[in-house]
Amino acid sequence: MVVNVRFMLRKHWRVIFYPLGLLPAVWLLCEGQQGALGADPVNVFERSLGLWAFRFLLCCLALAPLRRFTGINLLRYRRLTGLLAFFYALMHLAAYIGLDLGFDWSTLWRDVTHRSFIILGMGALLMLVPLAVTSNMRAMRMLRGRWKLLHRLIYPAALLAGIHFFLSFKTLNSISAPYLVALGLVLLARISRRSKTI
Amino acid sequence: AAPLQTHRGPYSAVLEPTPHEDVTHYNNFYEFGMDKADPSSQSQEFQPLPWTLEITGLVKKPLRLDVEQLLKSSEIEERIYRMRCVEAWSMVIPWDGIPLANLLRNADPDPRATHVAFESVVRPLEMPGQNGGFSGIQWPYVEGLRLDEAMNPLTLIALGIYGETLPNQNGAPLRLVVPWKYGFKGIKSIQRIRLLDHEPPTTWNRLAPDEYGFYANVNPQVDHPRWSQASERVIGARSLFGARRQPTLMFNGYGEQVADLYRGMDLRAHF
Repeated sequence: MVVNVRFMLRKHWRVIFYPLGLLPAVWLLCEGQQGALGADPVNVFERSLGLWAFRFLLCCLALAPLRRFTGINLLRYRRLTGLLAFFYALMHLAAYIGLDLGFDWSTLWRDVTHRSFIILGMGALLMLVPLAVTSNMRAMRMLRGRWKLLHRLIYPAALLAGIHFFLSFKTLNSISAPYLVALGLVLLARISRRSKTI
Repeated sequence: AAPLQTHRGPYSAVLEPTPHEDVTHYNNFYEFGMDKADPSSQSQEFQPLPWTLEITGLVKKPLRLDVEQLLKSSEIEERIYRMRCVEAWSMVIPWDGIPLANLLRNADPDPRATHVAFESVVRPLEMPGQNGGFSGIQWPYVEGLRLDEAMNPLTLIALGIYGETLPNQNGAPLRLVVPWKYGFKGIKSIQRIRLLDHEPPTTWNRLAPDEYGFYANVNPQVDHPRWSQASERVIGARSLFGARRQPTLMFNGYGEQVADLYRGMDLRAHF
């Protein structure tokens, strides 16, 4: 058994990246607990989690163009980055409902039925759910050709997340602009892709 | 910030002020940058004195006020007001200032005047946020009130907070405070006040007219398109799990003093 665990760890040592990827969340939580997130800690916490979700989503989307344009093959990290994006999006949602709204369900209901800003964010998260659920080998084998088709959902999800992110600021600014440019580039790379090999 | 000669005014009592640290380090002042921390960290170069405040337009006696003199005025009084930001957070700030009505009366408004326009300062060398054309904001920042709103006893020209002159990040050397309106109406570092016979353009209304109205009265029943205005996060909790949210009050709790100004108006249309 011990040998088995060591063998598994040697073979799947990359699982270490999951807890590593979640470190920013742990860090934010500690900072928030100690009052280091400033005057409006809930807002900073909530927005930071959303930003990390968007960052991992962008990383995930950048891996294919990275290989195409530079030959650097990190495609095996698509599941890792995609799942981390999903985890952060979930925590972002939990912070919004629990800490920001204080479980005020009626306000939540009004938000998700009336506000395009919230609807877009929710839409992006909902699209990530089937991707996260089918991110394992078994689902991949079961779905075969349809798996690829399903996972193209990441593009509309990223687009919605991008608009949601843009709308979370009162104006376009130097914080949001680089991320929006990055999103534009990865989406452009997808559109301009000629070969269907990836 | 230098100590300021001030005395207790009305409307002080009962409210517990937000910690000084938060009032001076959590600011929206886009002339110094977009982030809430930018105004405190990026405003060191700004020289608020000497400063001249002009009151012109439809007045019989145009004024050019030396703000260094104004800072010595015995009219400066403390007003502890709620401050509600359009972004759904709130503070309580102990301002020191002079009712705007007092200043306007000295200029003797012409009977034709119906509105008051405010203009802030443009100094790209001292205000890094004015350098990039990124945000789409046209400088100077401009704001406006109806004359009766400007003459309301609550409306204040603040010269200080916490018994000291205004820190740069809070709008030194003088700013507008209209406690029943969203914070963005409180134009900072004012250089010119003009009385007009028409409604002046205002910065945020110009930028996004469907999101920010001319009136911008705090109103829990009229939501911002992107978020609810029914409640607000109370600044000053520090810890993530100690944060509070409280219901937002109509006219930010100043209805008794100002509701009459809007009698018969549809506040959904004139938001």
